[in-house]
Amino acid sequence: MATTYRTCPISGLQFENHAEKLMRWNAVAGVLWLLVGGITALLVILTRWPAIKLLPADQFYTILTAHGIDMLILWILFFEMAVLYFASSTLLRCRLATPKVAWLGFWLMVVGGIMTNVAIYQGSSSVMFTSYVPMQAAPHFYLGIILVAVGALLGTAVFFGTLVVARKDKTYTGSLPLVVFGALTAAIIATFTILAGAGILVPTFFWSVGLIKEIDAQLYRMVWWGLGHSSQQINVAAHVSIWYLIAAVVLGAKPLSEKVSRGAFLLYILFLQLASAHHLLSDPGMSAEWKVLNTSYFMYFAVMASMIHGFTVPGAVEAAQRRKGFTNGLFEWLRKAPWGNPVFSGMFISLVSFGFLGGISGVVLGTEQINMLMHNTFYVPGHFHTTVVTGTTLAFMAITYLLVPVLFRREMMFPKLCQIQPYLFGISMSILGLVMMGAGTLGVSRRHWDMAFSGAPFQYEWPGAAYLMMGLTGIFGVIAVIGGGLWIFLVVWSLLFGKKLDGGKVSDKPTPIPANPIAQAASHSGSNEHVNVPGTVVLAGLLFVCFVLYYFVNWKYLSEVWLLS
Amino acid sequence: MSAILPPSERLWWKQPIAGVEWAWIAIAFVWGMIMFGMMLYWHIYGKQNLSNEVYKTKPEMFAAKAEKFIAENTIRTEKGLNGEEIPVAKIPPGGDGYLIARLWNWHPILELEAGKEVKIHLSSMDYNHGFSLQPVNINIQVIPGYEHVVKMTPIKAGTYAIVCNEYCGIGHHAMLGRIYVK
Ligand code: HEM
Ligand SMILES: [Cu+2]
Ligand SMILES: [Cu+2]
Repeated sequence: MATTYRTCPISGLQFENHAEKLMRWNAVAGVLWLLVGGITALLVILTRWPAIKLLPADQFYTILTAHGIDMLILWILFFEMAVLYFASSTLLRCRLATPKVAWLGFWLMVVGGIMTNVAIYQGSSSVMFTSYVPMQAAPHFYLGIILVAVGALLGTAVFFGTLVVARKDKTYTGSLPLVVFGALTAAIIATFTILAGAGILVPTFFWSVGLIKEIDAQLYRMVWWGLGHSSQQINVAAHVSIWYLIAAVVLGAKPLSEKVSRGAFLLYILFLQLASAHHLLSDPGMSAEWKVLNTSYFMYFAVMASMIHGFTVPGAVEAAQRRKGFTNGLFEWLRKAPWGNPVFSGMFISLVSFGFLGGISGVVLGTEQINMLMHNTFYVPGHFHTTVVTGTTLAFMAITYLLVPVLFRREMMFPKLCQIQPYLFGISMSILGLVMMGAGTLGVSRRHWDMAFSGAPFQYEWPGAAYLMMGLTGIFGVIAVIGGGLWIFLVVWSLLFGKKLDGGKVSDKPTPIPANPIAQAASHSGSNEHVNVPGTVVLAGLLFVCFVLYYFVNWKYLSEVWLLS
Repeated sequence: MSAILPPSERLWWKQPIAGVEWAWIAIAFVWGMIMFGMMLYWHIYGKQNLSNEVYKTKPEMFAAKAEKFIAENTIRTEKGLNGEEIPVAKIPPGGDGYLIARLWNWHPILELEAGKEVKIHLSSMDYNHGFSLQPVNINIQVIPGYEHVVKMTPIKAGTYAIVCNEYCGIGHHAMLGRIYVK
């Protein structure tokens, strides 16, 4: 197919025509799902806020099912498709392989997403996004998800194809850039994940139309989490790649060590498919040996990988800042960082919140015995709102501030509001995560309409502190919705009414990445004068101390409950 | 040179790794091993481990055993807030008791003795349910088709609630059970 290449005058990035359109459509579709998901978020939070309790029970469960699907699956997946096309075609400066297949994938995802939402809002599929059998949804609930998965698989295949095109057309020399390597990790995990998903959702669909009689409830949970957990690893690989990308674009940061960062991505591929185990720690059907093996030996290598990225990303930022001359004391590099640039501030808040809140809580939650203190409590959504929201979603928001001018050729409007948005959203969401975890530590259940248990045969009074935590959840949840809504408003308004920017030179041939960029000479000598990163060492030390303390505090809690064996 | 360009050193895998990075990798590795060790340690020395005793079952089979247990061990009945009669079954110290999870109640009320171990058999008649003992905060998944035998020793006398914390449909929030510890 004939195509053209545009070189963006602001960033120097080169966009191939088909890839560019696909990125735009996928990103816009993602934003629209985020909008739907954001409305559901507001309804969910206003219902769980005990003083308000907005919706009746049936509507609450319907809306919560929609919230999980629209946010976790649709918003994230559509945006990730855009990221994959960007990481392949744009960063490698080559044409996109088989754009027709990519469009087919896109429309399958659109149709599937709408189909599942229709099923949910018809009211007969309030089964939550996990859809544990034997609770049954309407057939088109499952079919929609299957179509989305197939669409995403096609998009992933186009990504792999594009890497082949780049290699064949020699648009780059040497190894893949680190960010592309990270995206490749995400795509490989996505392939496994979607296959596991097919392995469970296809039979479940057949079961819902009566072709299969029964699906074992425990087996379902095991295979489903092969999809559900690994897909979170796609998100982590994607947002870590974006951290590196933003550090590179905004500050010219280069990885401290290519070998270490790539090795860490590789660990994700090797060890994460198996971590579905940590969703089953309090299940009957799995042996203790299986649980320990899968959560420790395998999972801790992936944890190690995240700890490595958690060091090398700020380390790269620090090194870049120090090269620029911000060398005073431990933290001048951090104080003088571009905090007024939402691309950077969003990325850094994402990094800190994901590391300190999401990472630590996740590992503690994933410890075999400690899991019993938190399983299915509000702690769980508290934890993952600090991973998939302050981590992934905020990273996606941050990169969008960069993409609007570069990809959509529009200037961002209301720059002052753009500046505060990452703080508003990132900080309120982090606090929301914390107070949700607080409520969960006191036992409050997730997916639960009524803390007063109306209609139950008995009464149970939650401690006052639990009500306090849930009230705070309400307040910070509403602020977070405002912060998220502000982002949607800024992006949509800028796309519609922002100042049009010059698209840059168009050519019908790609300009390969120069084999010997001028910068290379500089960085060559640069790598000889090794830059120390003492500030990052201190931050990492702080993370480690918090981690260890919190970990052992939870063993202490556990030691105080009833004896179990 | 930067993360969005091919590595400037063609042989990037031969570049040395700085000392601090090695140190951090080593810390992360050792910490992972310690966390691994903690789980094993707790299996040997800890007093809170989830039982591994599980049998495949059928709702009717489990219900039959549970009803037999209730028939033999009911010490009194109590009136629930909706006017229903609910049996209170006492599990003798060291003995076996059954707890049915079903839409939408926990059946029966159990009575235990502080400091005495009992075996509680858990299973569901229909969907997934969540055994969430409050305010102790022990949470165990209850899955249809699986009979989970959990040994528990309460430490303090009192009245405890069993909240259902796995979503199980429209009556989920009303699925509250009770355990007395004397
Ligand atoms: C914008 C502000 C948001 C607020 C205030 C919010 C609030 C909540 C709350 C309170 C719950 C727990 C409900 C319950 O268990 O009873 C929840 C569940 C959930 N949220 Fe969010 N959320 C927000 C954004 C997001 C985003 C951006 C994502 C994903 C990228 C997300 C993914 C999820 C998922 C997957 C669940 C679990 C649903 C389930 O239990 O089935 N949320 N959210
Ligand atoms: Cu239940
Ligand atoms: Cu329930």
